[in-house]
Amino acid sequence: MKTTLLLTLLTLASIIGASCSGQPFGNNNANTAAGGTISILGSGASFPEPVYEKWMNEYGKLNPNVRIDYQATGSGAGQKAIKENTSDFGASDDPMKDEDLKGTQVIHIPTVLGAVVLTYNLPEVKERLKLSPEAIAGIYLGNIKKWNDPKIRADNAEVNLPDTEISPVYRADSSGTTAVFTDFLSNANSEWKNKIGANKQPSWITGVGAGAKGNDGVMGQVKNIPNSIGYVEIAFAKANDLPTALIKNKSGKFVEASIENVSAAAAGSVKDMPEDLRTRITNAEGENAYPISSYTYILVNKEQPDDVKGKALVDFLWWAVHDGEKFTSDLHYAPLPDEVVKKVEEKLKTITSNGTALRQ
Amino acid sequence: MLSALMTGLTSACAVFAIAILVLILTYIAVRGFSAINLEFLIDTPKPVGEGGGIGNAILGSVLMTVLATGIGLPIGIGGGVYLAEMGSNWFGSIVRFLADTLIGVPSIIVGIFIYTLIVLPMGRQSGLAGALSLAIIMIPIVARTTEEMIKLVPKSMREGALALGAPEWRVTWNIVMPAAASGIATGAMLAIARISGETAPLLFTALNSRFYNYFYDQPMASLTVQIYNYATGPFDVEHQMAWAATLILVGLILAINVAVRYLARRRY
Amino acid sequence: MISAASIIFIVVGMIVMMVSNSMPTISRFGLAFLTGSEWKPADGVFGALPFIYGTIVSSLIALIISVPISLGIAIFLTEQAPKKIAAPISFMVELLAAIPSVVYGLWGIFVLAPFIRDHLGVFLETYLGWIPVVGQLFQGRLTGIGMLTGGIILALMTTPIITSVVRDILEVVPNTQREAALALGATKWETTMIVLGNAASGIAGAVVLGLGRALGETMAVTMVIGNSPQISASLFEPAYTIASVLAANFAEATDELYLSALIEMGLVLFLVTFVVNAFAKLLIMSVASGKAGAKNV
Repeated sequence: MKTTLLLTLLTLASIIGASCSGQPFGNNNANTAAGGTISILGSGASFPEPVYEKWMNEYGKLNPNVRIDYQATGSGAGQKAIKENTSDFGASDDPMKDEDLKGTQVIHIPTVLGAVVLTYNLPEVKERLKLSPEAIAGIYLGNIKKWNDPKIRADNAEVNLPDTEISPVYRADSSGTTAVFTDFLSNANSEWKNKIGANKQPSWITGVGAGAKGNDGVMGQVKNIPNSIGYVEIAFAKANDLPTALIKNKSGKFVEASIENVSAAAAGSVKDMPEDLRTRITNAEGENAYPISSYTYILVNKEQPDDVKGKALVDFLWWAVHDGEKFTSDLHYAPLPDEVVKKVEEKLKTITSNGTALRQ
Repeated sequence: MLSALMTGLTSACAVFAIAILVLILTYIAVRGFSAINLEFLIDTPKPVGEGGGIGNAILGSVLMTVLATGIGLPIGIGGGVYLAEMGSNWFGSIVRFLADTLIGVPSIIVGIFIYTLIVLPMGRQSGLAGALSLAIIMIPIVARTTEEMIKLVPKSMREGALALGAPEWRVTWNIVMPAAASGIATGAMLAIARISGETAPLLFTALNSRFYNYFYDQPMASLTVQIYNYATGPFDVEHQMAWAATLILVGLILAINVAVRYLARRRY
Repeated sequence: MISAASIIFIVVGMIVMMVSNSMPTISRFGLAFLTGSEWKPADGVFGALPFIYGTIVSSLIALIISVPISLGIAIFLTEQAPKKIAAPISFMVELLAAIPSVVYGLWGIFVLAPFIRDHLGVFLETYLGWIPVVGQLFQGRLTGIGMLTGGIILALMTTPIITSVVRDILEVVPNTQREAALALGATKWETTMIVLGNAASGIAGAVVLGLGRALGETMAVTMVIGNSPQISASLFEPAYTIASVLAANFAEATDELYLSALIEMGLVLFLVTFVVNAFAKLLIMSVASGKAGAKNV
């Protein structure tokens, strides 16, 4: 028995030793202590990750004492992180639902705009396809089975469409991209709205198409399977030189997912933006508005537990929507319209710590 | 005739396995080498297309492995000594059985356990949570190897010492442990190699980080999670970095294995 | 004693944590959770069958490939090869086990998946795809990412484990058995068959142990299996396993029911690997009283 006692003591000693080296932990205020640097952690949507990384890198050069860390864990994870307080800010392409917001004091800060594009693999087709919401909904509902279906042919008279079966590819995981895509189809097509609706991870029709994980998964499948079609975020399509379809918008024009057209969609809907800034801009008004556009959001708590950290976070967001916006277009995001920046300024001014506003 | 044919078949199996090993290692070496340079080894991740490196991930992996070893090794060895010296009762059997069970538990479940136990109460992912997950994976492995190694120590050594009037704990401490030490060290090294390659338990516990992090209360980068992120990313540059980071990781793990093999040669 | 007790604490803690956190789905769906084939988190419909199916089928593919190969290697090492060759070969096979899971995944995405898409899959479809019933396994969209790729990666990962346990078991079969058989005029191969016969339950244990490993393997499978909760006859189609849905969706699960469903699947996986490993241990112990088997377990 003495052996055990001795070993136990040794063990305990090493545990204590080990956990001391693990100090400090537990309390959030400790984050500001380490060598005068302020550490802020964010997590969530993968769609804006390239631009957020760029921002944090640039902001870090200007403010070396502020370390902002961002991990792309997915929009759902970003919402979960801010609710469970495992991150200082969350990020999501999809605004949080009313029932998820209940009991929280999360506010939504739009940061940039992005677009979802339809990409396809039709080796013999050289022209750019034009797709109407009806055609896209029909493909993903299983009503349109072949590329030379009259509904597709009607908009592509000059294209020699093959008589082959379409293989639609969708996102199998919960994703903000899917939320934007299905929201667009719900707004533009009533059959879609009734059968599937808008969701991060909707119930796809069994037997139609196949799922893939992540933007890269969808892209990989489209690249690999002839006659397939899939939806991805524009940055992915641009980075990989995939063909993208022109989409018919509310005013009946077929438009490209250019930065100007995405901005046009935002501009066309600014007047309808609600007070809490949670909004969807799919199928927006405006002659050149690209219809599958979306804001992406950073989620922050209105009352910050730590004033130093809270101030640093608010300052960073302020910088991001002003100076940061110039980095967006290289990465294929559209900057916020000026009116929205004004609204964001107002929102940021409402963030408090101990009841005091962190930015006047 | 049949014998010769079967020998041909079985040796083909062996050749196949070795071919796979060589194929994997060659791929890692070829794809990895081209992306490795000093900047890659010491820099932190940067926005896509601007270079960057895995220095913080290497540091994070080392820090978490060290802390996990600091916690897991003493507990594992202590448990192993107990099992070998006093574990022949019902309590010992239960512990032994549960240790074996724990070795077989998928490591992702360990990650979920620590997430609920440490991350939620602490309010954030941290290097500490990551290290604890790794320690949990390590404890039963070390405990069982320690037990086996102590049992291999010849009875005569123990009996001789006891006959000379040494108390039981002194026999364990001064006679049995030194005799089993090299075996226990071997087991410990292999356990360290094992945890340094774990990814699943770190996903929800240590998360990842863009910075050099010296404190266990913050999310920490690790080579394995970084490889996972790079491998599933959309850009070719990221894939390249994944191979390079893999080269470092696999190089370290194989080095440990080969070293252990070399040191423990006489046992084989 | 405390160190030993900590092991009990960890295991019991895990079980308590998982049971209590999965109560919402256990009480709401009961056993229907395990048999439901619809997984639609958006609608609050949680059926775990596609994941159970994916886990079992991918592990079976793995075993179908890895068992004969592992047996072959183990027989070669213990019965046929001279010691000088056997030692380095068995070391190299053990190195296969040392390669981290995420590295298998990386290799799987960039090397194995394209190989299956362009060569192996095409080959299987051409030569096996026409067979009635069985052929269905090898038809469909070949993307390289799917059940077959997951199974093959698992086969590579289980081979070194099964090999080393079988090797240890064959080594403890007394040499007198071999000598007796040879003396009675058996050929070398017949002798080997006799040795194998006597070690049968231990070998079965090694296989079950490999199964336990395959069932719980996470990262490599997540990276190549396609992560789509469907039950499809084709092995080319994407599938999902319990471990990979935990890795992919645990961080995403926002509502209580979804989280509970994931943790309940974790519990199922825990219990299954628990039973499988315990069973393996019993089988192995029946042949090699303790030492040989336990060393590598």
